[in-house]
Amino acid sequence: MIDTNRIIGDWIEPQSRILDLGCGDGSLLQDLTVRHNIHGYGLEIDPASINQCIANGINVIQHDLNTGLANFADSSFDTVLMTQTLQVLRYPHLVLDEMLRIGQQCIVTFPNFGHWRTRGFLAVKGRMPVTKQLAYQWYDTPNIHFFTYKDFEALCAERGISIVNRTFIGGRASDLGLDKIWPNLFAHTAVYHLAK
Amino acid sequence: MAIDSHTNNTGTALNKSVVTFDAPLNLACGVVLSEYELVFETYGALNSERTNSILICHALSGDHHAAGLDANGKIGWWDHYIGPGKAIDTNHFFVVCPNNIGSCFGSTGPSTTNLETGKPWGVDFPSLEVSDWVASQKQLMEHLEIDCWSAVIGGSLGGMQAMHWAVAHPQKLKHAVVIAASLKLSAQNIAFNEIARRAIESDINFKQGNFLDYQTSPTQGLALARMIGHMTYLSNDALGQKFGRLVRSGDLDGAEKELVEFEVSSYLNYQGDKFATRFDANSYILITKMLDYFDLAQDHQNNAVDAFKQAQCKFLVVAFSSDWRFSPSCSEEITDALVSADKDVSYLRIESNQGHDAFLLPNEHYEKGLGQYLQRVAQTLIGAQS
Repeated sequence: MIDTNRIIGDWIEPQSRILDLGCGDGSLLQDLTVRHNIHGYGLEIDPASINQCIANGINVIQHDLNTGLANFADSSFDTVLMTQTLQVLRYPHLVLDEMLRIGQQCIVTFPNFGHWRTRGFLAVKGRMPVTKQLAYQWYDTPNIHFFTYKDFEALCAERGISIVNRTFIGGRASDLGLDKIWPNLFAHTAVYHLAK
Repeated sequence: MAIDSHTNNTGTALNKSVVTFDAPLNLACGVVLSEYELVFETYGALNSERTNSILICHALSGDHHAAGLDANGKIGWWDHYIGPGKAIDTNHFFVVCPNNIGSCFGSTGPSTTNLETGKPWGVDFPSLEVSDWVASQKQLMEHLEIDCWSAVIGGSLGGMQAMHWAVAHPQKLKHAVVIAASLKLSAQNIAFNEIARRAIESDINFKQGNFLDYQTSPTQGLALARMIGHMTYLSNDALGQKFGRLVRSGDLDGAEKELVEFEVSSYLNYQGDKFATRFDANSYILITKMLDYFDLAQDHQNNAVDAFKQAQCKFLVVAFSSDWRFSPSCSEEITDALVSADKDVSYLRIESNQGHDAFLLPNEHYEKGLGQYLQRVAQTLIGAQS
């Protein structure tokens, strides 16, 4: 996760206005505030996480992303972020469109379902994967969409979203550079920098 | 200034004071109050830098007695949230709660004596706006030699005062906590207030507002006004859970159904009658009109974002899911305007079936959210000292 924070930090402007969709305990916004002096707001639905944000002094707005983002004006933020949340949304493609309407640019991270561990789990055990990144059983998972980075890029092409930058995080595979050579096999997390 | 000080078994020590201001107060309606009194209570201690004070703004029927037990053994209306170790922690903060002018619990209002005539003000008490309450609270602030509130906190009409403070006196508060409030009332809200006023005015004892001259009071009308208001502050769910179709007396299966009294009817009648003995009818009319008139953005071309751009403080906005008088959408409108104005704001939408009254009642998420927000405010105070 710290890796992701560093990558996101490189893609945003200091002192910029940032909206984080599904901000959790606000640690990313806090990190960006400390390191890049950004002015951030997080949207979150879970009361315990919201209280964490408040305790950390992070601006947090209780909001269900599935109800839309119509209350935010066009281009009202420099960057709209969404980390590890796309897969839990009812209509991820509509939220992506909204993110690009509200923000000048967007940064999205998501778990890559094409990772060899998940592929192997399904292929060898014949069961839906339960991994460190996707640590739920099929019946209680909040992750209702499973997709690979190739699926994501196909969606971007379909909706005319331009990919400014992308990077992959692959745990130990990163040390060997495997996630750069075969990202869809060795990256557990994909990080995308998007624009209209 | 009279001070009446005592501790009580809720753990919250309170000081009750009365202060007379002889500096004229220019009201929004153009009338000048040459002299007026404010009754207020304080809880906790002011620090040596005089930086740890919190102003509590009461709502329509509230008073200065927000916490602890008063001399009559009555518990404060927000005691659950104000006190040592509570969300508004008097171990850290010096909490001030005045009874606002125009009300009827000791501060100057329709039921107090007009010094010019030697008679109660009655219906001649000048029309008030939220800005007048804030102006009188600012005089109280100066009297207490406080330069800047750590926070101004209020629910409902109290939240409107907190917003007005933020916009009108940006240098005078660090945080505004706006609970179950609205930028302005909806038509439905104004309509409920109008029904309440009509109920009072229809009482034969109202005497065009001069009832005090006749040594009477429109208690029937006032009770009816309160019963209507009270129902709108609760939710169908909360009433259903509390009363359902329980019968207090009589038998629904019996022959004489007309003798049946439902629990909810008995409760509502009791609430109405109790209120009618403690509240002044002219105050009720005056303060419901204050609610109707309030419009934060009025002086800013009806643009709430522009209004909030004046503010320098940080905001916490809170709404309750089942509140239909000041629904979450009202608080979301406030929050959206604050985000657009680039102000620091957090927003809590608390799950509750208690309706508008939820802001006064125990609720874990609410308590934690408010408590943690203010704990952080307290930490910055300690940080500033060291």
